[in-house]
Amino acid sequence: MQTATTPSGTIRATGIGKRFGALAVLDGIDFRMTTDEAVGIVGPNGAGKSTLMAVLSGALAPSAGRVELDGQDVTALGAPVRSARGLMRTHQIPKPFTGLTVFENVLVGAMHAGGHKGKAAHQAAFSALELSGMTPLANRQAESLGLLDRKRLELARALATGPKFLLLDEIGGGLTEAEAAELVAIIRGLRGRGIGIVWIEHIVHILLQVAGRLICMDAGRIIADGDPQAVMSDPQVVRAYLGGA
Amino acid sequence: MTASAPDMRVDRSTKATRIGLWAMLAVALLLAVAPWYAGAGVINRLTALCVYVLLAAMWNALAGYGGLVSIGQQMFFGLGAYATIRLSEAGVDPFVAVALAGLAVALLSWPVSLVMLRLRGGEFAIGMWVLASVSHLLVNLDPLIQGETGRSLVALNAYDTETRRLMVFWMALLAMLLVLGLLAALLRSRLGLAIQAIRDNEEAAGSLGVDAFRTKQVIFVLSAFGIGLAGAIWLASATSFQPKTYFSVQWTAYMIFMVLVGGIGRFEGAILGACLFFLIETWFAATGVWYLIGLGATAMVFSLYLPKGAWGAIGLRLLPFGYSVTQGNGDRT
Repeated sequence: MQTATTPSGTIRATGIGKRFGALAVLDGIDFRMTTDEAVGIVGPNGAGKSTLMAVLSGALAPSAGRVELDGQDVTALGAPVRSARGLMRTHQIPKPFTGLTVFENVLVGAMHAGGHKGKAAHQAAFSALELSGMTPLANRQAESLGLLDRKRLELARALATGPKFLLLDEIGGGLTEAEAAELVAIIRGLRGRGIGIVWIEHIVHILLQVAGRLICMDAGRIIADGDPQAVMSDPQVVRAYLGGA
Repeated sequence: MTASAPDMRVDRSTKATRIGLWAMLAVALLLAVAPWYAGAGVINRLTALCVYVLLAAMWNALAGYGGLVSIGQQMFFGLGAYATIRLSEAGVDPFVAVALAGLAVALLSWPVSLVMLRLRGGEFAIGMWVLASVSHLLVNLDPLIQGETGRSLVALNAYDTETRRLMVFWMALLAMLLVLGLLAALLRSRLGLAIQAIRDNEEAAGSLGVDAFRTKQVIFVLSAFGIGLAGAIWLASATSFQPKTYFSVQWTAYMIFMVLVGGIGRFEGAILGACLFFLIETWFAATGVWYLIGLGATAMVFSLYLPKGAWGAIGLRLLPFGYSVTQGNGDRT
């Protein structure tokens, strides 16, 4: 993997808005981070977290605002190009290539967004499998994997591309406590490799084991951003979660 | 850099694929020398078999590997035959015209792909059918073809019957081997993996850096090329061109039958399906209506009891398209 030697990068999003017809899902989002950070994003359902993820990764075009990667405007570029430049997203519901083996799934990332060829691609795939604990399953058909392994496969595929930034969309959702702990251990391990992490999660306590910075969203806006403990005790955040009061 | 995985190895070919390749090569050789041991009738039938394999392999490439289900592939079959007529009328040797017709159809399919690949699922399937019907009508308008009156590949009369039979057979065999080889090379490359990734999940493939549109274009054009070539060869073998027989949806129905019965998404499956179809046709075509009922019943039995097709049930991999990982002391996981 080349991630350890990748120079640090930045994501900068300014004035991001996203409308679906009359519905404003994102409204004036300003966000920036570097590869040295692990940022957690929380917020009630419908706050716009996954939409923000889609806009950052290039899966959705914003209605307003711009996204910059390492100082370059990437707003007009789609997901395939952004992923090749190191901005990788995993999906909330795992999307394995069911007709391929685990190794072949990971190889897709290594060969395409990763830009590796031949043996180098195999090595990138091996490292990604190893990092995400999938090595023993290398020859399994992805179709036959359970939920935890499907999530780990999402992660492995993303890692094989040699990302600078990893956008994790509820990767812990639906897992048991023990499974989630296993995943946290893997993700913590990535922090030492210079990969910036953005992680959306409903299960706040597992998020806090990784995130050094926490953002809370509500109704398409960022309502708090900073030290996790401070954000969690912010009156606006408490109100967004508990409603009323 | 690779310290985390020092003892892993990737193998593409296994014992089965080595045996498979040699077996296929042997069959190809056996076919190539068929004129020395088989009669005229058999040679004609073998020509048909090569065309069927070509058709099945191309529909399978599109639907089984690319996830693009089309019911309008007869368009390329008809256009391949039509282009052969046109080229031959322009003075090109009929056998050269057959080869050029395949290329012409491939060339034409490129702009077609720009439009059609924007359609999804059922829209694509029906859209292709519509396009096939439109091309049929346009060919009807050609004064040379004169509607359904049609036209013969008259330039073939320059060759005697026996030479013609052999030339057409060898061309069919060569075309089949060439196109199967192209498809195999494609499936083995990084594009082959990308195509299957798109079939399984286009969004995920996109976020892993796969350019879905371009990749689909490649498989679409290859499929058009193979089917166009098949149409041209069919014309060279039948000599007369009547638009409605070439642009008939029945061709696509046959392709679907062969692929479903043989095993969709499996290279060997399409070939096996073509052979099964060929045998059923050889033995039962004379029974008329019962032949068609038999085809339908076979398709039903397979889709109910063997949804992965005959080759899916066998489950063997005879071609080195996959990647198998060996770790440490040689244990396969």
